[in-house]
Amino acid sequence: MNDKLGGLSLHLAILSLSAIGGGVVLVAPDIHDYVAVQNHWLSSEQFSAMYALAQAAPGPNVLFVTLIGWLIAGWIGALAATVAVIVPSSLLALAAARLAGAGAGAGSGTRGRRWAAALRAALAPLSAGMLAAAGWGFLRMSNAGALAILLALAAAAAVYGTKINPVWLIAAGALAGTAGIL
Amino acid sequence: MNTNERISCWRLFKLFSQMALLGFGGVLPFAYSYLVERSGWLSDAEFAEQLGIAQLLPGPTICNLAVIVGQRFGGVGGAFAALGGLLAAPFFIVIGLGIAYRELAASALFGNALQGMAAAAAGLVLATAAKLAKGMWQGAAAPQAARRDVVARRIAQEVLLVLAFVGLGMLKLGLITVVCALAPLGFVLFAFVWRLP
Repeated sequence: MNDKLGGLSLHLAILSLSAIGGGVVLVAPDIHDYVAVQNHWLSSEQFSAMYALAQAAPGPNVLFVTLIGWLIAGWIGALAATVAVIVPSSLLALAAARLAGAGAGAGSGTRGRRWAAALRAALAPLSAGMLAAAGWGFLRMSNAGALAILLALAAAAAVYGTKINPVWLIAAGALAGTAGIL
Repeated sequence: MNTNERISCWRLFKLFSQMALLGFGGVLPFAYSYLVERSGWLSDAEFAEQLGIAQLLPGPTICNLAVIVGQRFGGVGGAFAALGGLLAAPFFIVIGLGIAYRELAASALFGNALQGMAAAAAGLVLATAAKLAKGMWQGAAAPQAARRDVVARRIAQEVLLVLAFVGLGMLKLGLITVVCALAPLGFVLFAFVWRLP
């Protein structure tokens, strides 16, 4: 049990620290690979269900990791997973914020600004491409049929084109699923 | 960022809690309305700047933003207060949902509902990807730049996007490999070859 928790925490911390430019959903495929494919702690369907539940709940979507920890090892698993995915990256952010505050303006020379802009320009397409891969991965993980894929694309179009709150689309998905049309 | 203004840890905790509890389907859209419009703690430009830093740092963007804003107004204690506010209540809510899931997992109706929710959730991820791609397109079209450079940069970004999708989604190389291979390449191209204006 302790091995399991330690391995899970270490993996989540490393993955969280490597999720640059688009949030932890980018590493969802890696987390899935670790917990469902390599270790068989839960099924792919359970994994995508946890992600969907966390999206439907209020609060940061990263808490899908909390649910995965909870499903694997109960309350202690939930706590360990949450701490692993949030604390190391937050400490890094804290250090960065303090450094930036102490040397206000140090990194804002012309060259610093240009390099930051170049880094952003390089990361933007990576984030977009990897997010698309993660979204596609979720569909495959949950064994989505043609109608479910259609539903996903319709939800994507609605969020992209309008200012609708995403939770309504999750609700619509729940309804469509309950009605048994997927 | 030379503000001397201090905000108490309790107020930071409270504001981030409210924001988190409203944030169905993601908190980031509510962060703007709370931090800029309601509380007036940040100006439009400050919010954009701090969000940009939060995105560049590794880890969950919204948590990084809470840490940065909390530290600015309340030091280390403020950072933890903001982060705690963001996470405390939602932590118990998602576990409540987890308990419901475990109780109801055997029910076919609930399973069907979850399958629909999962499909919609996947769609939301795709929409975020599309929005990022759109932002990237607009960023590439900076008016001061030479036209040839704009086209070259745009094509380079599109190639990077496709490579990232193929690397993570089809070749299953994992995020670390994809970022380590492509980010330095993109950085060199955009910092030295087709410079940004």
